[in-house]
Amino acid sequence: MAVAVRAPARPFARPRSHTGFWSWISTVDHKRIGILYGVTAFLFFIIGGIEALLVRGQLATPNADMLTADEYNQLFTMHGTTMVFLVIMPLAAAFGNYLVPLMIGARDVAFPRLNAFGYWAFLSGGLFLYFSFLFGGAPDGGWFGYAPQTTQPFSPGNGIDFWLIGLIITGVGSLTAAVNFIITTLNLRAPGMTLMRMPVFVWMNLVVSFLLLFAMPIITVALFQLYFDRNFGANFYNANLGGDPVLWQHMFWLFGHPEVYILILPAMGIVSEILPVFSRKPLFGYAVVVFSGIAIGFMGWGVWAHHMFAVGLGPVANSAFAASTMFIAVPTGVKIFNWIATTWGGDLRLKTPMYFALGFIAMFTIGGLSGVTHAIVPHDYQQTDTYYIVAHFHYVLFGGAIFGLFGGAYYWFPKVTGRLLGEGLGKLHFWLMFIGFNLTFGPMHILGLQGQPRRTYIYDEGMGWDAWNMVATIGSLIIALSVLAFIVNVAKTLRSADRAPEDPWDARTLEWAIPSPPPEYNFAEIPVVHSVDDFWHHKYTEDDEGRLVRLPSGGADEGAAAGEAGEGDSVPEQGAVSTETVPEEHHEAEEGHGHGDGIHMPSPSYFPALASIGFPLVGFGAIYGWWWGAIGAVFLLAGVFGWACEPLAEEHA
Amino acid sequence: MTHALAAPPAHGAAPGDHDYAVTGINSKKLGMWAFLASECLFFGALISTYLLYRTRGPVGQRPGDVYDIPYTSVSSFVLLMSSLTMVLALAAIQRGDHRRLRIWLLATALLGTVFIGGQVYEFTVFVHEGLNISSSVSATSFFVLTGFHGVHVTVGILWLLSLIGMSLRGLIPQERNLEIEIAGLYWHFVDIVWIIIFTVVYLVPN
Repeated sequence: MAVAVRAPARPFARPRSHTGFWSWISTVDHKRIGILYGVTAFLFFIIGGIEALLVRGQLATPNADMLTADEYNQLFTMHGTTMVFLVIMPLAAAFGNYLVPLMIGARDVAFPRLNAFGYWAFLSGGLFLYFSFLFGGAPDGGWFGYAPQTTQPFSPGNGIDFWLIGLIITGVGSLTAAVNFIITTLNLRAPGMTLMRMPVFVWMNLVVSFLLLFAMPIITVALFQLYFDRNFGANFYNANLGGDPVLWQHMFWLFGHPEVYILILPAMGIVSEILPVFSRKPLFGYAVVVFSGIAIGFMGWGVWAHHMFAVGLGPVANSAFAASTMFIAVPTGVKIFNWIATTWGGDLRLKTPMYFALGFIAMFTIGGLSGVTHAIVPHDYQQTDTYYIVAHFHYVLFGGAIFGLFGGAYYWFPKVTGRLLGEGLGKLHFWLMFIGFNLTFGPMHILGLQGQPRRTYIYDEGMGWDAWNMVATIGSLIIALSVLAFIVNVAKTLRSADRAPEDPWDARTLEWAIPSPPPEYNFAEIPVVHSVDDFWHHKYTEDDEGRLVRLPSGGADEGAAAGEAGEGDSVPEQGAVSTETVPEEHHEAEEGHGHGDGIHMPSPSYFPALASIGFPLVGFGAIYGWWWGAIGAVFLLAGVFGWACEPLAEEHA
Repeated sequence: MTHALAAPPAHGAAPGDHDYAVTGINSKKLGMWAFLASECLFFGALISTYLLYRTRGPVGQRPGDVYDIPYTSVSSFVLLMSSLTMVLALAAIQRGDHRRLRIWLLATALLGTVFIGGQVYEFTVFVHEGLNISSSVSATSFFVLTGFHGVHVTVGILWLLSLIGMSLRGLIPQERNLEIEIAGLYWHFVDIVWIIIFTVVYLVPN
């Protein structure tokens, strides 16, 4: 290029190290950011789990006094908020970050620094939310924060303000992640990776990103409105002056119902990856699964008022939303049948990821069916605000999303760390979680139909609720044990010297065609894709009678496929995927890249983390006075300007 | 080779390059479009709230009672003209005319500043006439909607000023005219939102 670009003056040198603390602060590598998302979200999962255990402790016996009403309200609010915004959403972002570029044959995401910025925004928003415990009490208005109950007269103190601002900040992270995923998926696919050859997980991640893109601004506006009401004398939800409490419900659930699909679709994508691998069959009806996911994404916008049947919207609105709610069960049901058909007649290998995937199908189906019962309006009048609802959404979000995400953790752990998690502890984890989960949430169906109200910290003896509440609390302790088994498993595995073979599951998708853990540049040579499950077709072909025949250059041997940690000497050379079919011009473009030499990757940067330090400071400013905000604004501006003025990649980084 | 930001247009890049783009549309530009799609819902939610609330409140305490349509028409015209100067700035850098790039960027920023000044004046007058954010639900939704639009214009002005600064330091060569185009997309979007707000909020009678 003719025009020489003058190097801008720098406040500090570009980070260069690839190990140690600062390398994690400054990383722009999508795989490391994925790990950061995963570890952070898991820590929040522990915190949210402890909050749930405290709630269950209080409810174990009638008239318990373990918690006060105020503490109870704070704990169930923080439990719900944490699990939705700080656990399931970022865990999905963790998988998306780590896997999407690998699955589509890309070296990075479209906006590496924006990606880092999204993570830091999520972390600072989450920490800001938890600062509330230190500054006069956590939010206590439920994860839905219904106004006017959450307006100043009814909820004095700063808890709700921390909730509002914390969620606005994490929303910034979700929005940047959504933009990044959409553009990455549309623009960075390897040659031949057409949309209908993408792994289902990538598809679901794309649908979720669009949902985030359109849902986050709505909740952001609602949060701002409530913030203005509480702090600047605005009247959005001041019923005395004609402010409409139903408006909050519409805004919240117009975000909140797509949010439900934001939480479940990534797990559906993960399960759609696991089932074919452990059934040794292609996914049954790939296109139908993809289009069902897209259909859910569209229809998810037309069902929100089923959260509001009891509000009194009138028979026309209730009937319309009842119909749309029943209708959205159709694409969901289609997916369930596709998953079952995938395992039908397959050569099933019951490894831990497969256990979790099968558990997902069973539990999610139960949750889906109880969900359909809410679509029947008179039935919903009976269920609303009872433990039946709590049972329902835990079956979809825990039995569904969390089981799917744990399945994904077991499945891709060898990809991320190069080590296989122990099968024994893994299956112990599964069975404890499966039993504990059903003991906890199964009885809540009965409790709900018997009329036990949710969000109530105490109940009287003699209501017929005592026994099932005790069972549920015992179940929650079993869940805690199962998570402990997972932690022990991870700790043992990370200390072990055993290395997993490069393709331990005999998998189907591109991420397994490269070494584990992958090099920074992912693909030494960009693959050329010819079909769905391209990697599989490089390992196997069919003989005349349709039986699988391994190709001579194939992947893992049977021993490796059985999960034994071998030397991995029979796995394909890195980049073996269709190097021979790379068109000539790509060969030229990739010349000298065989071992990663000369591949130009984005350089690490301090600026995304620096900018996001500004968020909690601006947040404090919004609560305690403008000078905090001014300091925060300085950080934000300095970070963004530094970011804009430094090149994406240094010349000789 | 200069760094990636100064690389040639997207469709020339090989797979694995930073500016590789399957769709043929540069990733940064596509990313801005995606962000603007999200912004539609942001303003959509604010405008919906205003439409729900616009008639609620005692007489004299509603924004519809104090609008000065000729005044706001003039400031709307000023903002619309800034879209024209934005287009001229992009045309200048595409020709490689750095001086006119900076002149038109500055003109755009100035027109935007005049608009913001006008909004501040309008708010002040309203407050003096007894209409503030607490007056009624309609006043609340008016101030918050137009206020958020004003914040968007202000961010745009800061962005334009930064681009002028970058141009002065030689950081925006002709090949990087995309930087200007993307800022332009944002600026035009904010203008279009104002057209909708002016129509729906000011011109539709109570």
